[in-house]
Amino acid sequence: MLRELARGLGTTLKSMFERPVTVQYPEEKRPVRPRFRGRHVLKRYENGLEKCIGCALCAAACPADAIFVEASENTDEKRFSPGERYASTYEINMLRCIYCGYCEDACPTEAIVLGDNYELSFTDRRQAIYDKDMLLEPALPGAETTPQKTTPGKFTRSVPEMKDSAD
Amino acid sequence: MTKQVTLTIDGKQVTAPEGMLVVDAAKLAGIDIPVFCYHPKMEPVGMCRMCLVEIGRPMVDRNTGKAILDENGQPKLQFMPKLETACTNPVSEGMVVLTQSEKAKAGQKSTVEFLLTSHPLDCPICDKGGECPLQNLTMAHGPGQSRFLYDEKIHLAKNVPLGDLIFLDQERCIQCARCIRFQDEVAGDAVLGFVERGRSMQIASLSDPGFDSVFSGNTTDICPVGALTTADFRFGARPWELDASASICAQCPVGCNITFNTRREAKADGKIVIKRVMPRQNEEVNETWICDKGRFAYHYAESKERLNKPLVRKDEKLIKTSWEAATKAAGDAFTKAKKNLVVLASGRLSNEDLFNLKALADQVGGKTVLYSNMGGGDLTSLVGVGAGTNFGTMGQGSTIVVVASDLYEEAPIWYLRVKQAAERGATLIVANPRETKLERYANFVIRYSYGDEVRTIQDLTKKGKVADVFARSENAVILFGSEGLGLEGSTALATACARALNDTGHVGKPNNGLIGVWQRANDQGAWEIGFRPEENLQSVFDKADAIYIAGADPFGDGMLKIKDARRKPFIVVQDLFETESAKIADVVLPAQAYTEREGTLISGERRLQRFYAAVPPLEGTKADFAITSQVARQMGVILEGTSASVIFEIMAADMPIFSGLNYAKLAEVKEQWPIVGRGDLYYGGTTYENKDGLGVHLSNAAGCGEKVTLPRVQKVAALRPKENKLLAIPITKLYDHGVTVQSAELLSHRIGETFIALHPSAAEKFGIAAGERVKLSLDGVSEDVLVKIDETISAGVALVPRSMGLPINEPTEASVKTNKKAAR
Repeated sequence: MLRELARGLGTTLKSMFERPVTVQYPEEKRPVRPRFRGRHVLKRYENGLEKCIGCALCAAACPADAIFVEASENTDEKRFSPGERYASTYEINMLRCIYCGYCEDACPTEAIVLGDNYELSFTDRRQAIYDKDMLLEPALPGAETTPQKTTPGKFTRSVPEMKDSAD
Repeated sequence: MTKQVTLTIDGKQVTAPEGMLVVDAAKLAGIDIPVFCYHPKMEPVGMCRMCLVEIGRPMVDRNTGKAILDENGQPKLQFMPKLETACTNPVSEGMVVLTQSEKAKAGQKSTVEFLLTSHPLDCPICDKGGECPLQNLTMAHGPGQSRFLYDEKIHLAKNVPLGDLIFLDQERCIQCARCIRFQDEVAGDAVLGFVERGRSMQIASLSDPGFDSVFSGNTTDICPVGALTTADFRFGARPWELDASASICAQCPVGCNITFNTRREAKADGKIVIKRVMPRQNEEVNETWICDKGRFAYHYAESKERLNKPLVRKDEKLIKTSWEAATKAAGDAFTKAKKNLVVLASGRLSNEDLFNLKALADQVGGKTVLYSNMGGGDLTSLVGVGAGTNFGTMGQGSTIVVVASDLYEEAPIWYLRVKQAAERGATLIVANPRETKLERYANFVIRYSYGDEVRTIQDLTKKGKVADVFARSENAVILFGSEGLGLEGSTALATACARALNDTGHVGKPNNGLIGVWQRANDQGAWEIGFRPEENLQSVFDKADAIYIAGADPFGDGMLKIKDARRKPFIVVQDLFETESAKIADVVLPAQAYTEREGTLISGERRLQRFYAAVPPLEGTKADFAITSQVARQMGVILEGTSASVIFEIMAADMPIFSGLNYAKLAEVKEQWPIVGRGDLYYGGTTYENKDGLGVHLSNAAGCGEKVTLPRVQKVAALRPKENKLLAIPITKLYDHGVTVQSAELLSHRIGETFIALHPSAAEKFGIAAGERVKLSLDGVSEDVLVKIDETISAGVALVPRSMGLPINEPTEASVKTNKKAAR
């Protein structure tokens, strides 16, 4: 009986010197896995142009009907993305989203990516709708943000050549 | 009936009329042969090579003329060594077609591979993506991989405006020439063509201004790739995101069947809006086409200036109020006015609205007036075209007379169909004082002076070359318009036309009778329900104690004036916008646009057709029939006001012409040829299949075997041009300043500013140059207008377009003054 007690206390004592499995969230955060699917991010090219061309294939692929896209026409005076079309409205309802990643798969320009952010909390339903400004990543340092004034004839292709189509 | 031949397609026995093409015969049998350049409404050209199939024909012994049989006693087949195009080969007896053989499939596969050599594959941003024949046929028949080098794709311009409405993407174009052929063969405006040759061959507009045709939008429907897009829908939405609602175009009396594609938009504050207008197949009305006015001039219902609250005049100001208060004020005034109530309504309203308005007027013994200056609607009820009339079946043996109307401007789809009937062999007689586009296809052109319309038609029943053709013709249709005519003149002309048809026995049968080219979509319906235009609207107004104006703006158009502000009647206006009439009204009632509700319209051919609600109504507005019902309730009268279909049932019980009809009947459809829509957009284009009703052709008195007594032709003293004076002649233009057109920004170039047209000699006499601005005075109003020179008109007249801000209803005297000094 005493032996059992001592063994139990021993385990307790031992675990006091072990590294804890829990982390002090939110002060401390655990890194996410490489293929983690968190909140979406709309990517930009290095020159600051948006990758999203407003094709709405993500919205078509979305099983939860969480994405809403409206497109408009680019001009060289006011260019948002390469090619003729850009997303003038891009909204994701995070309450509807099931983080399946189909939007990523459907995207022909790799514009939408499920990022690392999982800290989503809202106090009302409206807040759960992320618009384009909230989703778009900031331009790289030194790069211009959108809209940009570009030289005519330079950005005529909407869909870039992919290095590996299976990627 | 044409001879039927039997052939075998993919082992299936198919019977098809002689002369039919293999591709059509296969479609009839439910076998799809892929095509790009072939379109069932146009002549085959065999340009794209997509429809390659193996065709075997029975061998014939040249000496005996008999089929050679093989050892089994079956006819021996001879297959061509190479594949043949199914779109250029007519069917023949005993033919065997293989569409799925290894050889045929390989041919189709290679054709797709070739067509895609320089295709940009930018489907994600292409407006056609999702309803694209090239996309679909590539998935179905394509090789999956290309042997051509990606880097060698030719890059071309992606944004070439062919006109202000249609854009060309040269990369996507597969040079099928469907658009060019549509313009040449169907529309008759040969404004497109190919430039260059070989790999550099491109579509180009040959006209100035670019793509100068009112049928240009149709080319985007039949384009099998996304090469042609409309300025209106460019990048507007993806096709799969759109909802479809069936409707009827309310821009002219043709009554084209259309589909509104709608979508909820963030740009429109989360409202459901119309994104585009597409044709809906009705082979007896518009086939698979619509004109650009119908396609692009629909934006007025989205306007921010729409009324959304009833207004009542208090202390000289219009104050927003409740429906209850507004209808009470109107109802009280109407009850008080009793038989001095005038209900003035236009053919912009549906039959249900007009029926309720008439019921309200009848209740107090008031008067119903149609807001129009064209007469003859009672005659079209008597001797209008017989049920079953279809321009599409007219040809040899039919005569079509067009008088006092420029169909290209007034009813483009009738122009297109009359033109095609003429090309099929129908005799076309065009009578107009000036040159119109339709004349190019006419067998006889009659040129008369303004004022001689009646005599011109009466000559058709006398002796003469044209008269003989008209009298001897098996079928005859007369389309009469109101070019250069007021109410009196057009009534006389209509009577003359009706008598001419009746005297020659061209009434009461299909493809025979009278058609009015009305100014509004439902003018015919208004006549049927009992509204009649008034020659002297002003005196009717002056005598009235209360006037109920619905769907019309007589004060804005200069048709009515307030002569004595102290003794004006109580004015109630029911409209979408704060028009000039609404501004002076005592009560203003905000109505719904026709896209927001249901109803029925009667076309000029007297086809009763049903339209459906496409978008939710603007908050605060009510349907016209519901408003009338609420006003009536305030007067202690119960009128149905909740459902258009119930009103129609009441109408059907009340009026013999509608008897036995109901909304369900109007929604009936039958199989139509060619087959469009469904899963195979490559064949007929993106035109919608008609699933929501073909409408019902109303029968007329003559068709029911009744004895028709026609009135005598009233003598009208026509105004003639005087020395040193100009005679202003009203004409109708397609794009005018009407409220339903003007808000279409896209068409603003085509609408242009208010103008008059003069003969060069007249312009010279008054010292005016083309393109100059002059002061035009007519009917006590003077206005600054642009001068256009037109050599085809007579010297003493000035053509003045209707609904362009000038108050012109009938020929009147006018004078022009140059303001050259003011300009300098």
